[in-house]
Amino acid sequence: MKAAIVVFPGTNRERDMAIALRRVTGHEPRMVWHRETDLTGIDLVVLAGGFSYGDYLRCGAMAAHSPIMTEIRSFAHKGGHILGVCNGFQILTETGLLPGALLRNANLRFLSQDCHLRVERADTPFTHKWKKGDVFRTPMAHGDGNYTADQSTLDRLEGEGLVAFRYATAQGVVQADDSASNLNGSVNSIAGILSENSRICGMMPHPEDLVDPLMGGVDGLPLFEGLVEALVR
Amino acid sequence: MKKTVDDSLAREFGLTSEEYARVVTIMGRMPSLTELGVFSVMWSEHCSYKSSRKWLRTLPTKAPWVIHGPGENAGVVDIGLGYAAIFKMESHNHPSFIEPYQGAATGVGGILRDVFTMGARPIANLNALRFGNPETPRTRQIIDGVVRGIGGYGNCVGVPTVGGEINFHPAYDGNPLVNAMTVGLARKDRIFLSAAAGVGNPVVYVGSRTGRDGIHGATMSSAEFDENAMAKRPTVQVGDPFIEKLLIEACLELMATDAIVAIQDMGAAGLTSSAVEMAGKGGVGIELDLDAVPQREPGMTAYEMMLSESQERMLMVLKPDRTEVARKIFEKWELDFAIIGHLTETGHIVVKHKGQVEADIPLDPLADQAPIYDRPATTPVVPEPLGPVHAPLSLDATLIKLIGSPDLASRAWVWNQYDSTVGGQTVRRPGAADAAIVKIEDTSLALAITTDCTPRYCHADPKTGGAQAVAEAWRNITATGARPLAVTDNLNFGNPEKPEIMGQFIAAIEGMGDACRALDFPVVSGNVSLYNETRQPDGSAMAILPTPAIGALGVLNDVEKAVGLGMQDGKAVVLVGETHGELGQSIWLREILGREDGPPPPVDLVAEKRNGDFVRQEILNGTVSACHDLSDGGLMVAVAEMVMASGVGCELESPDSGIRPEAFWFGEDQARYLVCVDNAADFCARAEKAGVPARLIGQSGGNDLILPSGVTISAARLVVAHEAFFPALMTR
Repeated sequence: MKAAIVVFPGTNRERDMAIALRRVTGHEPRMVWHRETDLTGIDLVVLAGGFSYGDYLRCGAMAAHSPIMTEIRSFAHKGGHILGVCNGFQILTETGLLPGALLRNANLRFLSQDCHLRVERADTPFTHKWKKGDVFRTPMAHGDGNYTADQSTLDRLEGEGLVAFRYATAQGVVQADDSASNLNGSVNSIAGILSENSRICGMMPHPEDLVDPLMGGVDGLPLFEGLVEALVR
Repeated sequence: MKKTVDDSLAREFGLTSEEYARVVTIMGRMPSLTELGVFSVMWSEHCSYKSSRKWLRTLPTKAPWVIHGPGENAGVVDIGLGYAAIFKMESHNHPSFIEPYQGAATGVGGILRDVFTMGARPIANLNALRFGNPETPRTRQIIDGVVRGIGGYGNCVGVPTVGGEINFHPAYDGNPLVNAMTVGLARKDRIFLSAAAGVGNPVVYVGSRTGRDGIHGATMSSAEFDENAMAKRPTVQVGDPFIEKLLIEACLELMATDAIVAIQDMGAAGLTSSAVEMAGKGGVGIELDLDAVPQREPGMTAYEMMLSESQERMLMVLKPDRTEVARKIFEKWELDFAIIGHLTETGHIVVKHKGQVEADIPLDPLADQAPIYDRPATTPVVPEPLGPVHAPLSLDATLIKLIGSPDLASRAWVWNQYDSTVGGQTVRRPGAADAAIVKIEDTSLALAITTDCTPRYCHADPKTGGAQAVAEAWRNITATGARPLAVTDNLNFGNPEKPEIMGQFIAAIEGMGDACRALDFPVVSGNVSLYNETRQPDGSAMAILPTPAIGALGVLNDVEKAVGLGMQDGKAVVLVGETHGELGQSIWLREILGREDGPPPPVDLVAEKRNGDFVRQEILNGTVSACHDLSDGGLMVAVAEMVMASGVGCELESPDSGIRPEAFWFGEDQARYLVCVDNAADFCARAEKAGVPARLIGQSGGNDLILPSGVTISAARLVVAHEAFFPALMTR
């Protein structure tokens, strides 16, 4: 699998992502500056966390108009695989490659702590190392992770099974009152979603920060191992 | 409005009449407004250290592993494998009171620049914070703003905030302390210094544009607050962490080339201090053309540009044939880049604006004839020993009360707003070990980093308090298994023109110096913040508690050997160090009896070293699976903290000590650790051989803390009591 990480001026989790990818592929991913326009030979495009352009407007809004995004749109239309984490998820929604939007966290504060995600789909390149209903721990670190979408979009996401991950308790329960597990207030406890062809995945938490026992665990590793298996050539 | 330069304006700028007379003598004529501005900020307490320099010189600053000590932008130590750690702590107290969000945010930004200006990528931030009485709405407002400001800046630049400390005391009501620390990493043969060289070399300005913010900020930080403090809001700078992030990346990219001769960030006193320091250190002159300075607004005068403290700016001297290489890098990062002057052989700083010479000052006397004061001081009186005290509450009720009290309650509400994992190298997050542990990517090395100070000890006995702050930092690093290397100090005190405050300062430095020498723990960087006082409505001034905050750093050669503080299952819990039951100035005395008296616990530096060296060796030998130093709240609080960190319980034995239970369990004797080991008898035998007191005090297991009386408290109940304080306070 040849992976590329897109680097915007304010991207700040590109090293974390590179470490996770290197761990499963054995080599460094390609770092692609946002003004570049060539994704030839790339199997997986990753949009990493950070504050792409300072994000004083809406998170990801300016990045969505960056030169590389034209190429990424075309990569997506050709069926390419894209993972967007945190700011990357925000950019994917701003670009329209994924539906919905990410609002300010419900408590209006930056959230940096572990959360638990329940796997809702286990038949995608991003999730097939898990079983449906599995729960894993992952850090999150964001100010704007409160996922929302209009009712018809939500109906479609839920109806077509395009929700990849939901915030849950450590036991995997998504409660009706989910304020203790769904800290940013996302609608339907949605933590990550998929495109219709299951080749684009956006999520707020950071599985790339939990891929080493030394850093507290390997709960995030299956996502990356799964991608390597799925995208082997 | 044209200001007339005279004695009265000089005093408005913070100079005394004697200092102003010296300015006129040096110049041999009346200074211009810009020149007076330059003198006043360079000779401010903040920039000149005029009250503290004499005493700072007494601190030990050398060790074989120290590469650069005080005098550079930050301290530099060798951590092995060709790497250097570069670190410093700096205060932003006055701005944080006036405008908490921007004050704290720009404090983080300023200390980051001090570190990356030397060629280091910042890899960790910490913050030592002191707030006033939590019961007042203003304190809550300040906490909210400071925490948001630290997070808003640090999270965006992508440097993990991994640790720090918070204390509350009414003495900080009108004067909170925000001390920000950054640790960076560089190749030890790629360190950049600020001494300019090469007559004719271009002087280059990069980063944000210059505006009218922060003018005379350094002067403001060198005076007491009065009731009109809020009118000083225009002197607070506004930060832009996105620009800082660009500046970090652009500077590090440029530093990978050979273009830079010297580089210095524009911090306090902005363009003035960076230009003066670079030229002064290099023994050259400097000429600036202010027309070339990137400006945010039209119509700025030379005086305003020279004194502006606009953030996210750097000054560099480049090799003349490398300016285009540099320009391209800054254009890539969309930052301003301007050649604003050149080095000269005149030994003067010459400032030109619109064809006029606005300042022409000889650099040598500006530095050499800067005032230095040996201010009168009274020796602090050490309090009488604490007499007999009674214990009104049971041990379990006391414990629950203490772990929920403002100084001991969980700080999770705060650190959960700081990104602590970005970078992917955070081995122990806040609260998981006595010091934060950050790995050096692609090596087995890790740094252990902490900040410490116990202001109530320093207030009661500044010398012991100064020594204790250093000893506790050393102990916190030791408790992870790391080898303590060096210290950065952030000395926060009141008005040094008062003999009792000067006495506190001198005594605290004396104590710090003793501890640093005994523990082989030199001071490599630091910052002094004086005049932390607020004028009360009745005319009196309230000083803060003396707060010599210590930031410190150690190294682990093998990160796998690091231990945390979480209780491990099925272990013997052993207390290392001697217990006399010191309750003077303890949290117990304050929270249970409402008293703040008695002497602080004595600091025995020989015992500190012996006990610490023994514990560290045991950790490195792999016999210790968890370790926690004993500090605020004493032994039982430390046990509870270990239980809460992992959820694993502990059954305590009843002490056979001849000491009253409250003194045994809550006394704050120094030089002590709790460790989890497999074989207590073997461990204690090795301790005895090393001359280190050690005794078994419990067995770990289950999910409950079981007191010697048999009373059982579940780990979950402890956590609830521990975590309630901050969320309840901040949602009032």
